[in-house]
Amino acid sequence: MDSQLAIERIYREEYGRIVASLVRRFGDIDIAEEAAGEALLAAVEKWPVDGVPPNPGGWLTTTAGNRAIDKLRRESHRDAKHQAAYMLSDDTPHEPTGIVEDDRLRLIFTCCHPALAPEARVALTLRLLGGLTVAEIAQAFLVPETTMAQRITRAKKKISVAKIPYRVPSAADLGERVDGVLAVLYLVFNEGYLSSSADSSPIRDELTAEAIRLARILRQLLPGVPEVTGLLALMLLTEARRSVRVADGQLVTLDEQDRGGWDRALIEEGHALVRECLETGRPGQYQLLAAVNAVHTDAPSAADTDWGQVATLYSQLYALTRSPIVALNRLIAVAELDGPEVALAQVDRLPLEHYHPWHATRADLLRRLGRSAESREAYDAALALTDNEAERAYLTRRRGQLG
Amino acid sequence: MTKYMLTVHGTVDDPEFDLEAMQPVFEAVDVVNKKMMDAGIWVFGGGLEAIDVSTTVDNTGAEPIVTDGPFAESKEWVGGFWILDLPDLDAALEWATEASKACAGKVEVRPFQADT
Repeated sequence: MDSQLAIERIYREEYGRIVASLVRRFGDIDIAEEAAGEALLAAVEKWPVDGVPPNPGGWLTTTAGNRAIDKLRRESHRDAKHQAAYMLSDDTPHEPTGIVEDDRLRLIFTCCHPALAPEARVALTLRLLGGLTVAEIAQAFLVPETTMAQRITRAKKKISVAKIPYRVPSAADLGERVDGVLAVLYLVFNEGYLSSSADSSPIRDELTAEAIRLARILRQLLPGVPEVTGLLALMLLTEARRSVRVADGQLVTLDEQDRGGWDRALIEEGHALVRECLETGRPGQYQLLAAVNAVHTDAPSAADTDWGQVATLYSQLYALTRSPIVALNRLIAVAELDGPEVALAQVDRLPLEHYHPWHATRADLLRRLGRSAESREAYDAALALTDNEAERAYLTRRRGQLG
Repeated sequence: MTKYMLTVHGTVDDPEFDLEAMQPVFEAVDVVNKKMMDAGIWVFGGGLEAIDVSTTVDNTGAEPIVTDGPFAESKEWVGGFWILDLPDLDAALEWATEASKACAGKVEVRPFQADT
């Protein structure tokens, strides 16, 4: 049983690398996935008897490659492409640097290609790079397994038929395409961190962990892209607060969190990455959000928060994004600096009536101004717009505290 | 190499056809066409006459039936297209980006079936 679990853990860790290397070699995702699956079966059979090989990832890749070639040889009518594919020899060493890593990078750009629907990009990335099963992905996104299977099959068909290349984009397109990959990873993280849906646990560890793992890989592969570092830092500094973010089924906001429960190791790692970004001096939205989180996690208590710094960072972010949501977050800092009345006047002008944090922010500012009746209405409006149980419990409690 | 069809759609919302106003578009499209030919990827391309001169033939029944007009009432129809021979979708999207700019309209990219 233990060895079974160990094999599955190794397989999951190595899956993206195995599949990416086979996709490069055979030019076909289905062949790669099938061969990877057969390699797992072989490992389950052999490893408990012979022991885990010294380089399990290399063993799995070699075995999968051999299985793919066997299959292509057996097939009576192979087309020229497959003929050519199995003629290729693969001398690439299975090592965590160099061309094998480039395989994963190539594949992640394929999975996050702008010609695929956004929900398909997320699903494909989790399937092919993360090694999650279709059932797991379906469960994570609360859609029936058949729906998710169709979504993934359709995306793979489009990659194959429309010829979406397995290639790291040219320098001219790289920035934009990296943004697309980062957006997918951030979406996966957020879906795990604060699910928008009613019938799931508020935090789904597996998605946040997977997003962080993929972000770490991407950072290894693209160390010179500061936004990649920024996104990883942002995820780590957010994840560091996870264990105290929900208590007794209720969301605990930053000011009320038990800071002793924060994960210091993640915070230190995140802070180091933020410093690295600052030294690079090419700010972007993830880096700025990470910096905001660094300010928060730097304060021993909520009262010690450097709100001036938070407001400045959000101003920079607003200059980049022109997003009213960013403006709203800046005004939360302004409320601490200049008082709730100043902030409320500006919050009221933001076009965010359909965004529940806007109502929740208004409710809090109105509460602080002693305008209980209006505050209650704002809490009701926020509650009407969110399904997340932990958040609903928090908003309900705050509403109940109004005089 | 794969052949891709880059299609430009006309819609019911298009302004009345005005030869003079369209002149800069024709010129821009000519430039892109020339660029495609020079790149050696050009298979075929052209603009179509207006949808109201189309004729539909249906020979799926006992007798062929010829009808005036398109086969389906639609708010959108093909206005023109290019067929290009390209290595992959990224190349097709790049050309579509130029084509869309030149013809001042959205361009749909679709691969032909293999062996076409």
